[in-house]
Amino acid sequence: MNPKKSIVEKTFQGVFFVCGVLSIALVAGIAIYLIVSGIPAIAEVGPARFLLGQTWNAGKGEFGILPFILTSILGTLGALALGIPLGVFAAVYLSKFAGKRLARVIRSAVELLAGIPSVVYGLVGMIVLVPAVQRAFSLSSGATLLTASIVLSVMILPYIINVTSTALDAVPKEYEEGSLALGATETETYFRVSLHAARSGVAVAIIQGVGRALGEAMAIIMVSGNVANMPHPLGSVRFLTTAIVSEMSYAPYGSLHRNALFSIGLVLFVFIVLVNVVLSLVVRPKEA
Amino acid sequence: MNSFDVDILNLWYGDNHVLHDVSLGIPARRVTALIGPSGCGKSTFLKSLNRMLDLVEGVRIEGSVLFDGQDIYAPGVDVTTLRKNVGMVFQKANAFPMSIYDNIAYGPRIHGVRKRGELDELVERSLRDAALWDEVKDRLTKSALGLSGGQQQRLCIARALAVGPQVLLLDESTSALDPISTEKIEELVSRLKRDYTVVMVTHNMQQALRVSDYAAFFLLGDLVEFAPTERLFNSPGDRRTADYVSGRFG
Repeated sequence: MNPKKSIVEKTFQGVFFVCGVLSIALVAGIAIYLIVSGIPAIAEVGPARFLLGQTWNAGKGEFGILPFILTSILGTLGALALGIPLGVFAAVYLSKFAGKRLARVIRSAVELLAGIPSVVYGLVGMIVLVPAVQRAFSLSSGATLLTASIVLSVMILPYIINVTSTALDAVPKEYEEGSLALGATETETYFRVSLHAARSGVAVAIIQGVGRALGEAMAIIMVSGNVANMPHPLGSVRFLTTAIVSEMSYAPYGSLHRNALFSIGLVLFVFIVLVNVVLSLVVRPKEA
Repeated sequence: MNSFDVDILNLWYGDNHVLHDVSLGIPARRVTALIGPSGCGKSTFLKSLNRMLDLVEGVRIEGSVLFDGQDIYAPGVDVTTLRKNVGMVFQKANAFPMSIYDNIAYGPRIHGVRKRGELDELVERSLRDAALWDEVKDRLTKSALGLSGGQQQRLCIARALAVGPQVLLLDESTSALDPISTEKIEELVSRLKRDYTVVMVTHNMQQALRVSDYAAFFLLGDLVEFAPTERLFNSPGDRRTADYVSGRFG
């Protein structure tokens, strides 16, 4: 090989290497930054008072984020409770019952649903859902944990439908034939055999939904009332994400208040890491 | 006494006429082998007996298939009941990705058996009938996919037996197995005919000769000859049968 060519070759290999490790560097950088900037407030307030404290009042120097943690967890669970049945049923219909043409229409609708900016979900939720919830439960405000859960459930729906229907499509026909040959109906077959065979795909779909729901801020800040209460289904609430968004702009630089917001970011980050760890455990190929 | 009486059965896949005027009676509690070269229609015929062809698009069927005197293609026939009575084991073992126990209990559960004790009993009896119990009794909760190919195929037979069928259809069920597993399943089939009607598609002439009481020879969609196996092999009434069983083509 001539020396000139070898230099070009080496240079490009170097470029590829840098691009390759960039993603690792970015994740590591973000993690380190969050830890460094998130630890001080936790240390100052005390981990127990920070994580388990029930009141958040920056003006009075109270920084308990339990309401946010519980709201994020409950809001996500609520979104799953609505989104999983809807999404899984839709996926079964899409993969097993729908005609080819209708399936194509549904698939493009689902893709569109995934592509809608979250602020638009928030707007629609604010205009349609908030007044509806207010009227349905005769509340003073319809911006509640329930409303946010409903909006989140719609937002995670495309993930659950897509991943689940892909997993269902991959179930070998032989399983379904075996079940039908035993005298099972189609519905019994799809729910007891096909979904069972596709369960790791369904689990992936759910975990991705959890990730999406936990990280969402824009849509839910518009429909959840954004008040730092302990969560109640029909009360106004504030999520981990929305807690950061709503106060960052006026928390003075270097203050405990600002640092506490970084700590919330760290807590959120830990949640997301946990979700991803669970995800990788689920998708890891089974030992035969 | 016949399990099935098939009368002038004609079958099309789209425009392709694959079964021509097939008529035969399949005797109860005997093993009937369906033989013939690839593409002769024997598998299609087998699948017409439990209406698995319903799953194929563009199939048209004329004529009648009576099971226990009832036309299974008559309007209003409950296909799930038919398939409960006419079990099927496929060419490739298709154990579900569940435990051995749940594989066997699947059918009974579908048909409404809920009690644990009853299920336990059914699972054990079906596995014993399929000559698999001794090999798996200590690992019933383990995944069925950990079994060998031959064991999985016997599991599929046990699964079919668990719903209490009268007929067992075997679609080349030993073609993917090693000789020892094949022998086990052949022994099993010979024993099963005491209680069940068995109809098996096979490419293996020796197997047909060893296991079956009756044999039907299909060629290009025609039922050429149907006779007791011994006679069909030793003194066939049709020239084409003679050529096939003596290995001159196929």
